[in-house]
Amino acid sequence: MPRNEAPTPNPAAVPDADELRRRVAELTAAHDPATTDRADFLRARFDAGLAWVHFPAGLGGLGAPRSLQTVVDAALEAAGAPDNDPRRIGIGLGMAAPTILKYGTEEQQRRFLRPLWLGEEVWCQLFSEPGAGSDLAGLATRAVRDGEDWIVDGQKVWTSSAHLARWAILIARTDPGVPKHRGISYFVCDMTDPGVEVRPLRQITGEAEFNEVFLTGVRIPDRHRLGAVGDGWRVAQTTLMNERVAIGGGTVPREGGMIGLVAGTWRARPELRTHDLHQRLLGLWVEAEAARLAGERLRQQLAVGQPGPEGSAMKLAFARLNQEISGLEVELLADDGLTYEDWTMRRPEKVDFTGHDAGYRYLRAKGNSIEGGTSEVLLNIVAERVLGLPAEPRTDKDVPWKELSR
Amino acid sequence: MEGTLPLSAGPDLLYSEAEEDLRAAVRALLTDRCDAAVVLARQETDEPYDPALWDALTSGIGAAGLLVPEDLGGQGATAREAAVVLEELGRSVAPLPYLTSAVIAVEALLGCGPAGSDTVAGTLAPVASGRSVAVLAVPWSTAAGGEIAPSVRAAADGRLDGQVPAVADAARADVLIVPAHGPEGSALHAVEARDAAVTISPRVPLDLTRPIADVGFDAAPTRLLAGSGDADAAVQRALLAGAGLLASEQLGLAEWCLRETVRHTSERHQFNRPVGSFQALKHRLARIWLDLVSARATARNAADALATGSPDAPVAVSVAQALCSGVAVHAAEECVQLHGGLGMTWEHPAHLYLKRAKSDATALGTAGRHRSRLAGLVDLPAPMD
Repeated sequence: MPRNEAPTPNPAAVPDADELRRRVAELTAAHDPATTDRADFLRARFDAGLAWVHFPAGLGGLGAPRSLQTVVDAALEAAGAPDNDPRRIGIGLGMAAPTILKYGTEEQQRRFLRPLWLGEEVWCQLFSEPGAGSDLAGLATRAVRDGEDWIVDGQKVWTSSAHLARWAILIARTDPGVPKHRGISYFVCDMTDPGVEVRPLRQITGEAEFNEVFLTGVRIPDRHRLGAVGDGWRVAQTTLMNERVAIGGGTVPREGGMIGLVAGTWRARPELRTHDLHQRLLGLWVEAEAARLAGERLRQQLAVGQPGPEGSAMKLAFARLNQEISGLEVELLADDGLTYEDWTMRRPEKVDFTGHDAGYRYLRAKGNSIEGGTSEVLLNIVAERVLGLPAEPRTDKDVPWKELSR
Repeated sequence: MEGTLPLSAGPDLLYSEAEEDLRAAVRALLTDRCDAAVVLARQETDEPYDPALWDALTSGIGAAGLLVPEDLGGQGATAREAAVVLEELGRSVAPLPYLTSAVIAVEALLGCGPAGSDTVAGTLAPVASGRSVAVLAVPWSTAAGGEIAPSVRAAADGRLDGQVPAVADAARADVLIVPAHGPEGSALHAVEARDAAVTISPRVPLDLTRPIADVGFDAAPTRLLAGSGDADAAVQRALLAGAGLLASEQLGLAEWCLRETVRHTSERHQFNRPVGSFQALKHRLARIWLDLVSARATARNAADALATGSPDAPVAVSVAQALCSGVAVHAAEECVQLHGGLGMTWEHPAHLYLKRAKSDATALGTAGRHRSRLAGLVDLPAPMD
């Protein structure tokens, strides 16, 4: 039994933080961020497996723990490297990519993930419908099989980035004759198909962050289906779960949120102060500080690998606080609170509370308790999944979709 | 550069393994010896406190000395550990003088300067072991940060005269720590509670698990603990620690109320279904859980700020008190309401939690008083008129 070889490093070994830093150094040495074209650098980063390290090798990752991405990001930032502008392509990164990774074929993964991460192809999400919001599984957009293709007809709503998107993740009803959760399939939809019409959806702020999307005879090849026919609801759970992962990041300083704007006005303009506003401001200041600390506590739990159910509490708390604080701010401003920045129709690329006036904040914050799960539905989720309270009796679970009232 | 390190490190809002071990020990003791039936049965007796339970908590677990350095006879732990003990005591509305003796009186003694050091050490050691119970003789509603205007006068010979109303746990005290005004300004004195010159007149308390009494002094002999240089600071330190750790007791109270109400509404059937399946009730219970998430974060933040001596402690404590008082009262009120008729009976323990929560909301400064304090601390001043 000749033993003539030193043990070779296992190529499948999971890289640790030091190894990742070494690979970042290797990347920046071969492609100096100061002189390399941004797009070229990002391609090289993707191909080095440093795009999203928890993805598999060959698809922009190295199969490393997801928590180590912060190590890579910090090292790249220190080296002055460009990023892929994640806020511009949040739906692709946060929702489409994890779903394609979990349910996509190898061909789909190779086709879609690289241009998605690079930002060369923007993605949007065709889920909500005028008749299916909280009850998303009741959706009515139909997909009918036609040879190797599916023909899709229906209407989607609240679609951000639809006017910029190359691709969409889409759920549609493929079998109306079975109960609603079982008759849905999940597709990748080509937004350049002539049957796709995108119209801006103007909201109460005067601007249009979102779109309505009308689908008329849209043809989707069956090879662009994700997961099995009829299994779309399960596939969509992966998408929706990843929608809620976005908490984290760094420590928020005291008065770091909307409360800081009101506190600043209070300090700067003593003539606006009244006793009633003072009591309400102090109450909200305490609640905002408590929510900030709760967010910090959640961050600390995640950092030591003890994620709790507190994440759903954060969305509920911030929705209510944003609404109450911005409402107080309009009142505090007295005559100035009677004015509004601009009602003209605009198409913002991202939501930003700080770059606007109090009236805008008050109106936009109304969406915080609706978007991404209404506060009423989230309270049900807390009650049933966190507290374990018994479920409400259901009348819609075992009935074929086509027999449900609409 | 002072303070840079702890501030940049930020508060540790989690529970350490050692803290969880301590919690498990206290909970096991209370589960065994202080269930609701036991607490209820003691309520109308002459001995609302359970001396054997106090002995097990103090000499058995060493909980009374957590805040006391080892060279002064204590465990050398911090407010973080004491906070965990208080969460558990709150969860079982235990009728024990822990907050008053092991937190507030201990902090007052630790805040006394070198002037009375031998007397202080001699008073502290038996309190740290739990053999002696000490109580700070101030009205239970007194908040940190306000003016302390003692109603007791010290004569030139050091003897005390005067009255202090509504002192919590006074009837259980062996030693009273008394702020008094004397010829040389304010001072802090130790008085034997059973001295003939001391009158302790129990009131009928709203919260039977934390009795209050009016305390009178008639030429009572004293030992001087701190003179005018240190006395006020010692009292402020004690009240700040008391208010900060009261938040953990309120958290424990509220947790019990939520857990019991979830259990009851899951089991209780009306209209052929568990009442907890009705959305109107679910949302109310979910909101209590949301409150608890915030309350826990502020209570841990206050305990950590006290433990590390952070300059942010007054803000952290007032935030915790401004939030947790209301959270505990709301949880207890919902507990009574969602138990229906059962919640109104003497037999069911919900009223013990309601009475404790409502009294706690006044104790050591109401939420409103702490919000007013914050106005000064974080520069959100009141209108001028």
